[in-house]
Amino acid sequence: MKTPRELEMSRRNLLVGTASSVAIGSVPQAARAQNPVADVPAPTSTVPATAKVSFTVNGVAHELDVDTRTTLLDALREHLHLTGTKKGCDHGQCGACTVIVGGRRINSCLTLAVMHEGDSVTTIEGLGTPEHMHPMQTAFVKHDGYQCGYCTPGQICSAVAVIDEVKAGIPSHVTGDLNAAPQLTNAELRERMSGNICRCGAYSNIAEAITEVAGRPG
Amino acid sequence: MKPFTYERAKSPADAAASAARLENAKFVAGGTNLLDLMKLEIEQPAHLIDVNRLALDKVEATADGGLRIGALVRNTDLAADPRVRRDYGVLSRALLAGASGQLRNKATTAGNLLQRTRCPYFYDTNMPCNKREPGSGCSAIGGFSRQHAILGVSETCIATNPSDMAVAMRALDARVETVRPDGTTRSIPIAELHRLPGDTPHIETILAPGELITSVTLPKPVGGTQIYRKVRDRASYAFALVSVAAVVQRDGNGSVALGGVAHKPWRVEAAERELPRGAKEVTRGLLAGAKPTDQNAFKVPLVERTLASVLAEAKG
Repeated sequence: MKTPRELEMSRRNLLVGTASSVAIGSVPQAARAQNPVADVPAPTSTVPATAKVSFTVNGVAHELDVDTRTTLLDALREHLHLTGTKKGCDHGQCGACTVIVGGRRINSCLTLAVMHEGDSVTTIEGLGTPEHMHPMQTAFVKHDGYQCGYCTPGQICSAVAVIDEVKAGIPSHVTGDLNAAPQLTNAELRERMSGNICRCGAYSNIAEAITEVAGRPG
Repeated sequence: MKPFTYERAKSPADAAASAARLENAKFVAGGTNLLDLMKLEIEQPAHLIDVNRLALDKVEATADGGLRIGALVRNTDLAADPRVRRDYGVLSRALLAGASGQLRNKATTAGNLLQRTRCPYFYDTNMPCNKREPGSGCSAIGGFSRQHAILGVSETCIATNPSDMAVAMRALDARVETVRPDGTTRSIPIAELHRLPGDTPHIETILAPGELITSVTLPKPVGGTQIYRKVRDRASYAFALVSVAAVVQRDGNGSVALGGVAHKPWRVEAAERELPRGAKEVTRGLLAGAKPTDQNAFKVPLVERTLASVLAEAKG
């Protein structure tokens, strides 16, 4: 008799294995042979096209051969099995898929993997590990900045980038003086975090966690 | 999403030529609107031309003392540019009033100008929409139309242009520079870029097939008090019900453009002569010919009140 934990693990492995084999098996050889980056497109093709793309995720270089329709989010989750980044709405409205690309937070659901040639991507797995958590992760735990946790990786990636944006002097909608350096007040961080939705409503604790990290020297 | 082939453009002229040569090709830059629509199969390009690597990502001074904003300058970078913050505050404010931090990091200047309406019926592929499927009808007319246009509407479409940035650019007399597939370039006053819906609401700009926006230019700074006021259902991360972009000089003269009320940023230069006399007098000319629905008639007094508030703030 398997324990629930073992069943969970085998179910996940089965799903991962199935997804991989479908991905390889379903792409016709003709489509795999063509090189869409070269100047030979098929204008009205209904056949999936693939393209090669190389980028770095959490310091590790990857070269992928993906269906051109693959979003960065799906490349991270389904190809690289970095499932920390979550798919919420898949339309750029909820922020659960937020990752940091080239130092900037973006919605990974609204960008194609093939558009990230040479880019450097940081996901929640790259910010910290259970043994060596990022200060923002520690603060979220300390301040109970979540309930179900589904939006949390996106919240944390966004929060880390928000602190950098304020340090870089990027103004926001609630910044009083456009020509002065913005401060990370509660109103500022709430405005800047408005692209990350939390259905459990942990906002006040999220705000406290970010405030604590932002207040640290250095 | 429908399958598509993909290429990375080498130069603006190559990108335009490629778009003209290939059937059903589209440019992709930030992708924040296009990919959303492709997932819903509202947009179905057979070929994507990725223009992100083109050298169009700079904000530069022009010979006449203005600014040239590259098509690929991200909304975050444009809003944060020190020259824009100092000399074109209304543009910085409009950009910061739009979308979320994540989206502004990706969204580009040209993409913002070319984003499609957020009319819920345009997005709902189960409903008729003349913009999505010409000739199928308009579900917003007689439907839920609280967010829709009150000016420049037609019998076939009452959708609004969702951009905040474009409203500020209209008040600032921006021009849009493009390259066409044959390599020729042109400069278009922003007033002429977007079309009213008429009986062809699916054609939203005057750009020719394959024509690529390369930059937006701003004339030399005009000073004044610059304000962007956006009225919306949420305090952040929502589209405008009504917005006002205003540049007001000390003598009370200036320019005013409206967002959330039409298929394009709305400005009536003749009405601006009334600016020193107050919002009521300006609004009379600005909203002349308005055709609101029962559900969005509130936008008429809301424009006047928002403008009055902006003018009061400008007076200090």
